[in-house]
Order: sequence, then C-alpha cells, then structure tokens
Amino acid sequence: MRMTQSVWRALERELLVFVRTWRGSAFTAVVQPVLFLLAMGIGLGGLIDDGAGSASVRLDYLDFVAPGLLAASALLAVAGEALWGVMGGVKWMGQFKGMVATPMTPGDVYGGLVLSAGVRAGAAAIAFLVVAAVLGGVSSLWAPLAIVAAVLLAIVTMSALSAYAVRKEDDRTFPLIMRLGVIPMFLFSGTFFPVEQLPEVVQPIAVLSPLWHGVEVARDATTGTVDGWTLLHVGVLVAIAAAALPFGVRGFERRLTP
Amino acid sequence: MVDGPLHPDALVRARGLTKAFGDFVAVDGVDFEVRRGEVFGFLGPNGAGKTSTMRMISCVSPSTGGELSVLHLDPRTDGPAIRSRIGVVPQEDNLDTELSVWDNFIVYGRYFGLPRRVLRERAQELLEFARLTDRRDDRVDPLSGGMKRRLTIARALINDPDLVLLDEPTTGLDPQARHLLWDRLYGLKRRGVTLIITTHYMDEAEQLCDRLVVMDQGRIVDEGSPRELIHRHVTPEVIELRFAEPAEQEAALSSAGEAAERIEVLADRLLLYTRDAEATHRALAERSIEPLTELTRRASLEDVFLALTGRTLEE
Ligand SMILES: Nc1ncnc2c1ncn2[C@@H]1O[C@H](COP(=O)(O)OP(=O)(O)OP(=O)(O)O)[C@@H](O)[C@H]1O
Ligand SMILES: [Mg+2]
Repeated sequence: MRMTQSVWRALERELLVFVRTWRGSAFTAVVQPVLFLLAMGIGLGGLIDDGAGSASVRLDYLDFVAPGLLAASALLAVAGEALWGVMGGVKWMGQFKGMVATPMTPGDVYGGLVLSAGVRAGAAAIAFLVVAAVLGGVSSLWAPLAIVAAVLLAIVTMSALSAYAVRKEDDRTFPLIMRLGVIPMFLFSGTFFPVEQLPEVVQPIAVLSPLWHGVEVARDATTGTVDGWTLLHVGVLVAIAAAALPFGVRGFERRLTP
Repeated sequence: MVDGPLHPDALVRARGLTKAFGDFVAVDGVDFEVRRGEVFGFLGPNGAGKTSTMRMISCVSPSTGGELSVLHLDPRTDGPAIRSRIGVVPQEDNLDTELSVWDNFIVYGRYFGLPRRVLRERAQELLEFARLTDRRDDRVDPLSGGMKRRLTIARALINDPDLVLLDEPTTGLDPQARHLLWDRLYGLKRRGVTLIITTHYMDEAEQLCDRLVVMDQGRIVDEGSPRELIHRHVTPEVIELRFAEPAEQEAALSSAGEAAERIEVLADRLLLYTRDAEATHRALAERSIEPLTELTRRASLEDVFLALTGRTLEE
C-alpha cells in the first residue's frame, strides 16, 4: 500500500515539472507530430494517392500515416527524457538522489517516471487524435484505443531506456542510441509505409521493434480493424514493459543507493 | 572508543561499521554513538569516509559490515521509517532546479506524505529561515550558490526531523551566511534536535560540536569534545614561525631544541607546541632564531589532527 502511495508522489513531482516546463515538451509531443501529419499526410499523401502507390497502400495515405505518427511520437517524446532526463536526475542535477533521502525508494522514483511517461503520452495522443480527426485521418469509433497504444509505447520506452541510462556513467552513448536505435525504429516500423515494402530478409526484424507493435495497435484502432492480432500486439508491449521493470528497479537501486 | 555500557540516549549507534566499494574500503570498522540532543561531528580530510558514513546513517547506502542502528531502528529493514524522521543536507545540492523555491519545499514535503496545508505553513517559515522570502516564486536554477545551499538546508527541515545530517553544510557560504547558519543550528539544538555534521573547517567543528570524531582513511583516530581532544593531544599554545629561506628553517629547527615541547615541521613553517609561550619566545631569542614572522595562537583541532595523523587537513 505504501509502495503505491509513494509511486504516486513521484508521479506528482514529474507532472509538476511537466506543468512548469510544458512549452518545450509540448512541442516534441504534439506540435512536431502535427507538423509531420500535415507534411506527410496531406502533402505527400496527395502525391501518393493520385499515383500508382495507392494499389499497394489500400488506405488513404493520411489514414495510414496518422496512427503511425501517433505511435511514433510517443516513442520520440519519451526517448530523450528517458536518456538525458534520467542522467540529469541521478547525476547532473541529482534530484533523484534528493528523493531517496526521504521515505521514497529508488523503485518509487523509477515507477513515477514510467507512469508519468504514460500519462503525458496519453495526453499528447488525445491532442493529436483530435487534430487528426479534424483533418479526416481517423475513420473509426475504435480510435480512442490508439491512446492505449501511445501510453503503452511510452511506458515501454521509459522503462527500458531509463533502465539502460541509469547504468551509464555519462551520456556519451546516448546520441548513438538515438541514431542507431530510436531513429531507424521511427522510420522502419510501419510508421510511414507498410513493413511489407521492406526487403523480405529484414521484414522479420520489424517484429522485434516495440514501435511496430504500437503502430499496429494504433492503426487497427483508427481504421477500425481491431481483432485478435491487435490484442496480441498489446500483449507484446505489456510483456516488454513487464520484463524491463525489474531490470530498471535494480538499476535505480544500484545507482541511487550504492 | 565507545566500549562499555551503551548510552541510553544513543540515537545513532555504530559498531565496526564498514563500507566497501568493491575492493576499496571507504569506511573501515568505525564505532561511535550519537546522543539525543547533541551536535556530533565528523572531522577529517578529503576522502576520509565522512560522506560514506553519513550516507549509511541516512539509509541511502547499505553498510557492508558491522552494526548500525538509527533512531533505534535497523537501516536494513526500516529505511523508509528512519528516513521519514531525519533531515538530510547532502554535500552537493540536489534541488529541483527547474522548479521555483516554493515548489521545492512543497514537492519535497510531499515525498514525506505530508498534507499540503501543513506544508504551506512550514514552507513559509522555512523561507524565512533561509532568508529567501523575496525569491519565493523564482526558479532555483539562477539562484546563487549560497542561496541554493540555504534552500537545501531549509528543505531538509520540512518534515520537522528529530535528527538532521549535514554534510559540509557551510561549504560555499560567505562568512556572514556561515555565522547565520551556525546560529540557526544552535536554534535547532535548543529545540532538542540532534545534529550530525561533517566538516573540514576547524573553527566550525570547535564552535558547533559537543563531541566529534576525527576520521582519517576510513578509520576513527580519536573521539571527544573539541576541548578534550586539544587537551589530550597538544599543548594549549602554539607558536608559528615562518622563515625567508628553507635553509633558515632548517637551521632554526636544529638549534630550537628544548625551546618547545614538540615541534612540527610543515613545508612553509615550524609549529612550536608549548605550555608557556613567553618562555619559548625567550628561549628562541637566546638561540638568536629570527624568523620572518612569529605568530602565537591557541591550539586548535587542526593541531590535533596534525598530531594524530602527521598531516594537515588541507593536504
Ligand atoms: N560510490 C563510490 N564508489 C567507489 N568509491 C567511492 C564511492 N563513494 C565514495 N568512494 C570512495 O570512498 C572514499 C571516501 O569517500 P567519502 O566521500 O566518504 O570521503 P569524504 O570524507 O566525504 O571526503 P570529502 O571531504 O572530500 O567530501 C573516497 O576514496 C572515495 O573515492
Ligand atoms: Mg564528503
């Protein structure tokens, strides 16, 4: 019981920091994906839907790319926070060290981070969905389920990347994680085009990408094709987060209470 | 050092307390007791193990050997309960720099599960304590180092702790702020709060501490009140001699002989320990030792440390 309460207090802190500094994070979380949506969905989409591409992509491109962007922006918005934000908290500014000098535990700090990533991604997803719906990129009443996809992706990203970051002495490897991990994942997880377009040999790799599972859930939701597969993708995301959690708790314990 | 019957009022008790990081032993089997209502100090040079010891007491670093009890509880099993009753001022500030001064009090107080109504009241008092009332709504980031330090110290009192741990509290404060803080710490002591401080400032240890331990290389080398320690290890008076040339210092050292009870040789000066400064001055004159400057002062904890370890604290 105490555990739940103090995770909540850590969440409270994260959300307060968010409220006080929301302008910067709102840009990555909402404005940027909306810009992408305009450029890709309306601009590029106009080109594709008129051309031969429409044969392989059986949806309007806007309908196709909107859920992709919704899911992908959850990943992008959280990744930086999970890497540099955590390094700041355990080292540069050390607020997390201050937190564990109170009745809070390292697990509470970590739990608060993971939950707040989910809450913020959920809020950003709602804002994005509204814009996408206005632009006509949402065609099903299942669409709110896409919010779940964004929340789960944010939780997966935060729990896994912060578990990694908390084990590092400094941020030297972080740009590499972004360039070789996060950005390729962003581009090749069925966000902008179906993974079937990829060379056949690399297609199975997409299955390893949490983003692909998130994109599938979001797309099933906004296009109204929810079925057993959707549930399976949700299950995969939950499983990844569940696997990362103990690893993260241990990492935070070792770092904050050495 | 604290063998014999337990002091009934010991709030913190350590026996053979040890902290190893891998092969490196940072705290090497220390024994001490902190009694209710006293100001207890850890004095020692860089790397002595002061912070490592403080972190074990504040239950953010598990010991790797020996016994420790804090507020009659066991840090291994009662960490959160202990932490809820102590205040911690870490050596390095770890404020929420993106938040305002006010928010820092409230957020930190929430970690203790205190209701907002109580927190608002205490934060108002602590703002005054830290002399930051006019910076209430400013972000912490641009505050000066000294202001941040004062905020860190005030924030540590938000839970009205029974025991406050201050790791080098006045490092980075100007002399006026230091003296003000000492005043505030006396105030806490008068209210019955037990304080543990680490410092490498002699004057701070002498001014504040009822009892202290001198630490060096992970061990406690002696324990007592500042006065006891000085009495035990050095003479009441010290004469410091500085010379123009190292060669002159050499010469003076070889001829000074019986002029003082004990002579310590430092790189830039000689320290003559004596019970009778007048007599020592006469003896020096008789031997025609003529230093560049000659300073007579009371013996301090600095001298105790030198006598115990053969090194000065700044080294
Ligand atoms: N997390 C750690 N991992 C490895 N070694 C450590 C760790 N923390 C402290 N040490 C080592 O333990 C020794 C004692 O450090 P500690 O910080 O306790 O000293 P201190 O007395 O507080 O010194 P200072 O006056 O400089 O603050 C040092 O040699 C330090 O390098
Ligand atoms: Mg220290």
